[in-house]
Amino acid sequence: MNLTGKARVPKTRDDINTDYIISGRYKFKIQDPNELAKHVMEDLDPQFYSRVQKGDFLVAGRNFGCGSSREQAPQAIKYAGLQAVLAKSFARIFYRNCFNLGILAIECDTDKIEEEDELGIDIDQGIIKNKTKNVGIKIAPLPKTMQILLSDGGLIEHFKKHGGFKIS
Amino acid sequence: MAGKTIAEKILSSHSNTDSYAGDIVIADLDFMIGQDGTSGVAIDSFNKMGAEKISDPSKIAIIVDHSSPSPNSGVSAIHKKIRDFSKTYGIKLYDIGCGVCHQITPEQGHVVPGDLVIGADSHTCTYGAINVFSTGIGSTDFAAGMISGKLWFKVPETLKVVYRGKLPKGVFSKDLILKLIGDITADGATYMALEIGGEAISSLSVDARFTISNMAIECGAKAGLMETDQKVLDWVNRHSKKIPSPVFADKEAKYAKTIEINIAQLEPQIAKPHTVDNVVPISKLEETTVAQGYIGTCTNGRLEDFQIAAKILKGKKINSNCRLIIAPASKDILLDMIKDGTYQTLLDSGAIAVTPGCGPCVGTHNGVPSDGENVISTANRNFKGRMGNVNSFIYLGSPATVAASMLKGKISDPRNFIN
Repeated sequence: MNLTGKARVPKTRDDINTDYIISGRYKFKIQDPNELAKHVMEDLDPQFYSRVQKGDFLVAGRNFGCGSSREQAPQAIKYAGLQAVLAKSFARIFYRNCFNLGILAIECDTDKIEEEDELGIDIDQGIIKNKTKNVGIKIAPLPKTMQILLSDGGLIEHFKKHGGFKIS
Repeated sequence: MAGKTIAEKILSSHSNTDSYAGDIVIADLDFMIGQDGTSGVAIDSFNKMGAEKISDPSKIAIIVDHSSPSPNSGVSAIHKKIRDFSKTYGIKLYDIGCGVCHQITPEQGHVVPGDLVIGADSHTCTYGAINVFSTGIGSTDFAAGMISGKLWFKVPETLKVVYRGKLPKGVFSKDLILKLIGDITADGATYMALEIGGEAISSLSVDARFTISNMAIECGAKAGLMETDQKVLDWVNRHSKKIPSPVFADKEAKYAKTIEINIAQLEPQIAKPHTVDNVVPISKLEETTVAQGYIGTCTNGRLEDFQIAAKILKGKKINSNCRLIIAPASKDILLDMIKDGTYQTLLDSGAIAVTPGCGPCVGTHNGVPSDGENVISTANRNFKGRMGNVNSFIYLGSPATVAASMLKGKISDPRNFIN
């Protein structure tokens, strides 16, 4: 799988929690994911949504998605048009929620990626090419279960296809 | 055969496998819960999966606690969707005012030692205090669990935490867990289970132990497990008719790491804005005035928490520059507080009581702070904007610290108020 797009980096990189990704103020009352997406990362970086173009990558640091289990967080990222999340590490529930929604989450060293950088991602080769900086970045291999969920298009499609879990 | 941790044993027995850290298992669930912030999405996922029935409705509860009673029509629509769904499928619904999901679930006897439990709420790890492998998951996993009665898990490595020494006066279980999170940071236990023990834990009540397991997620952990003792078994037998199956770790179990914390000299701890791992001993905190105090939540909204606060506030008035909000974690706790006079004492001191439930913790209702205000809270999170205003500042401490701070109008050491 090959993906290309631009990097979108929130103002703060580490420990971005799901309250920052989508605030409780919105997630409790807005059910339309397209509406929710307009508030993505608002408390941390109010201009973030306006910078995002369809097909961009969200790029962050350590412990991305920590805190609450709210699935509205990866949902808001997806509906904002971001095609994958790249971070040095992910919090467990968020990571799982991403693949359940069919969103690619990639663990890699993101220090060499800045806002607007043009990235090319080759999942099979396990490498990201930062075309702007002309550097290569290794990707941690995707766990098998996550590959299966992703190729099915998320857990909903997985259940529709198999009628239950078929992950090995 | 190699020894096993509590997590390895519970996940093995529920998947009929002999599994160790790193293995992937599909396991049978004993119970699962959702709340009003996550169940709406779970119902959408359930419907999109094309499901027509639920594996076993008696193993599911949905609790309306986060935004309850509803503060606006958007929330009301979600509540209605949850009520309709529960009725259609015969699921137990705990509606507005019953309390916080993580108090209701063990208190109403739904979970017992040895169980495997999921919840569409990150603080589901709370029941680890009574030896339940319980963990937070997202809404679509909850939907999959409702349909199949199962979920897949990666068996986690375990970080062993041993609390040594005797609890000093004015220091409580909240201080023990804040100390750990400050030491190992917000991702110190990511993808791991905690196994928490030591003589300091044995000395704690079950209420106090819930506080510790509740916050396991704040250092990234998947579960916050403790072994059972007589106190736990007595507690469980009082609340549940289910038969407990206590699980103990093997002596030869392999741990990712063992951390020992000696608490003999521990001070009350404060988590400063805006991360839970930004922890300092109270003596190192600069003078901090507070406008609002909050005692409640799934962390510290239990009877013992209010009794501790009432002891400090009895016969006194809270500072005129402060407001103190209290939210019992369940209706049963509220009734107990009325019965033993705790409720009266707190109201007499000037506290304002809100509906049993999450209260102002999640920022949707019941006490959103103003711009520039500091809040001292017994909750588990102090993220920027958490209580509904990005321009306010949340400090976390024990119920005793909140009570003492309310008397002084600034964050204050409870040791000065306890004989």
